[in-house]
Amino acid sequence: MKALSQKRRHPLAAIALLLMGLLVTGGLYAVATTVNQAKATTTFSANDAEEGGKLFESNCATCHGMGASGTQDGPSLVGVGAAAVDFQVGTGRMPMQMNGPQAPKKPVQFNDEQTHQLAAYVASLGPGPSIPEANVLDGQGDAAKGGELFRVNCAMCHNAAAAGGALTRGKFAPALSGVSSKHIYEAMVTGPQNMPVFNDANLSPEGKRDIITFLKQIEANGSPGGADLGSLGPVSEGLFVWIAGLGVIIAFTIWLTSRTS
Amino acid sequence: MSATSTPSAPTFVAKTKGGRITNFVDERVGGSGILREFGRKVFPDHWSFMFGEVALYSFVILLLSGTFLTFFFDPSMAETHYQGSYTPLKNVEMSVAYSSSLDISFDVRGGLFMRQVHHWSALLFVASVSVHMLRVFFTGAFRKPREMNWVVGGVLLILSMAAGFTGYSLPDDLLSGNGLRIIDGVIKSIPVVGTYISFFLFGGEFPGTVIIGRLYMLHILLVPALILLMIVLHLFMVVVHKHTQYPGPGRNDGNVVGYPLGPVYAAKAGGFFFIVFGVVALMAGFFTINPIWNYGPYDPSPVSAGTQPDWYIGFVDGALRLMPGTIGNWSVEQVWFGQVFTFNVLLPALVPAGIIFTVLFTYPWIERWITKDNREHHVLDRPRNAPTRTAIGMAGFVWYCVMWAAAGSDLIATHFHVSLNDVTYWLRALFFVGPVIAFIVTKRVALALQRKDREIALHGRETGRIVRLPHGEFIEVHAPLDEYKRYKLVGFESPSPLPAEPNAHGVVDKKEKRRALFSMWFFEDRVAPATPAELAAAHGHHGEHEAIESGESQKTLSH
Repeated sequence: MKALSQKRRHPLAAIALLLMGLLVTGGLYAVATTVNQAKATTTFSANDAEEGGKLFESNCATCHGMGASGTQDGPSLVGVGAAAVDFQVGTGRMPMQMNGPQAPKKPVQFNDEQTHQLAAYVASLGPGPSIPEANVLDGQGDAAKGGELFRVNCAMCHNAAAAGGALTRGKFAPALSGVSSKHIYEAMVTGPQNMPVFNDANLSPEGKRDIITFLKQIEANGSPGGADLGSLGPVSEGLFVWIAGLGVIIAFTIWLTSRTS
Repeated sequence: MSATSTPSAPTFVAKTKGGRITNFVDERVGGSGILREFGRKVFPDHWSFMFGEVALYSFVILLLSGTFLTFFFDPSMAETHYQGSYTPLKNVEMSVAYSSSLDISFDVRGGLFMRQVHHWSALLFVASVSVHMLRVFFTGAFRKPREMNWVVGGVLLILSMAAGFTGYSLPDDLLSGNGLRIIDGVIKSIPVVGTYISFFLFGGEFPGTVIIGRLYMLHILLVPALILLMIVLHLFMVVVHKHTQYPGPGRNDGNVVGYPLGPVYAAKAGGFFFIVFGVVALMAGFFTINPIWNYGPYDPSPVSAGTQPDWYIGFVDGALRLMPGTIGNWSVEQVWFGQVFTFNVLLPALVPAGIIFTVLFTYPWIERWITKDNREHHVLDRPRNAPTRTAIGMAGFVWYCVMWAAAGSDLIATHFHVSLNDVTYWLRALFFVGPVIAFIVTKRVALALQRKDREIALHGRETGRIVRLPHGEFIEVHAPLDEYKRYKLVGFESPSPLPAEPNAHGVVDKKEKRRALFSMWFFEDRVAPATPAELAAAHGHHGEHEAIESGESQKTLSH
């Protein structure tokens, strides 16, 4: 103790302390963030990565740069992980058709094997979220709990009925019906476009599984009350009553007051 | 008259048992007299006269379906865990009110259908009240002697919105809770007393545990009772004033031309109730409204995208969305004397609605003051024949619609693939410019239509038949109108500006000068209806158009 208290006025003490602090926070951060990569299971062969690299050079490098190091037109993909590639390419968002506020979903440009190879290549560049396993995508979680998580974390952009919603400057949160469980999960862990990342530290894999269960259940349930009018709430209901409801009634009033001549 | 003489009139004895019972009742309540009086009431036939009926019928549907719902709804905010049959909410913590609304939807036989009947007819109720008011405004039916009935109608509009809003909040789902939160915010933005009112209303900090019960009492007792009272007043005045009619041959301010209530009109009106009920039932059967199960229980933290009020509160929500928080570097929210003045909430929530309802309630008196028209009017104006009034109405309508559209700005953005910010900027501009454009365009359109009417009255309808005269000239043959059709085109008043007149002391005061200015603004652009002399002239010298058209008045009417 005495030795330590003597050295506390040493000229290098401040630097040593700073170094220690940095090491501790950095170390803790590294431990915390690896929670996401706890289960890298999808296996990629060296060949996959090599083929993926070729595909990447001919299709993606224009914007993302050689070696996926990023250019002014596209971000670096080092460390985004296989999940990001599987989501962006698997839903047709990448390759991007044109620059805009947001890359919309469109017909898929690569087949499953090519997507797999691209994912392998990007995964080989640095560690990142991997493609989720089947056990979190089975839709056998707790739908009620998933619903609560969805309303608290997702509904403010995606709408409580997952019908989508607007963001600023032409960006939007898409509707979630018809999106595969795998892509929903990947979106949560990678935060594509304007979506925040929900890593495993703030939304556990079980929670994500519950959310997927909830989404799949409301999609399968359909609308108990009849046609859902887009699940858009009072705006579409108001539009409907003014145009269809009142329209039909006006047609009847015209019929009732027309003279039989 | 001697008291001893006994009535010797032959007493009527009905032949059948039913007849005798009817006669017994009639002799005591005088039903046949009432029936004779009401059965002879004449109603003019026009489809636009039926919106008031639609409103009345949807109110009846609301009472019926609402009564059904009260059997099963429990307005308690006590906590419970849902145990009904909708699995995505199983065991979720929620209020008893929400749980019982879900039970109505999923576990009460016919409950979801009745909920949807109730909600659809509520939307239809306010919509038909609004359309009815628009019809009354644009045809000038609010003029003497109907000014007070117009005010009663305005009160009914506000009451119907109140009924709608209190009902919207009852299920205690996320959507309705978000709506209440906005109301709470608006109340709290009222300087000084806002927080006190909010605490009083919610029985403490929002959301508290009493608001649903209080709104329920308002929704099922006070507001419907007031609506019923107003409907009675409204219909009483309709009977006293008799119905208005559109201009036409044989119609004037002293008569009503139409069908008597009994039997044709009673059958039509009675049948129309079932038509309205049928339309509402079909909507309720096939189209979801307010799927409360989607929104989940109310919790003050989450707000869903696409959270909007029902359509009739939409314009207030839209105004709130349009209001900027800062103008340049100046914050709209100010701290004065240690008090926060949240003008960015207070102004949009109260000012547009305040302006709309103030103008709505006072308009009959405003127009009366400008026109000095103290006569009774039972013949309606065709909207084109009152261009300035129609233009004022359209300006207000467009203003309302801009705010209305703003309430759906997010859906406009996503569905038309445009930027939400741009939608807001455009609507902000239209908020100020839209009514002005609407006023100018409407007035020009109305004047142009009047001019077209005048043209047709004078020269007849263009037949499209081109005839070559012996000396080589080509003319298009115009077919003259029959008298009945022509009457509609010429039988209206077109007042000219009323200059300032001295009062009893022989002085033209400032107020009178102001009135004269308004009168100028109201009537200076006018197209006079064709006079009999002009008609005669037109038929006399066919083809000499220029001579006839000089009959149009002053300013704007050069071709």
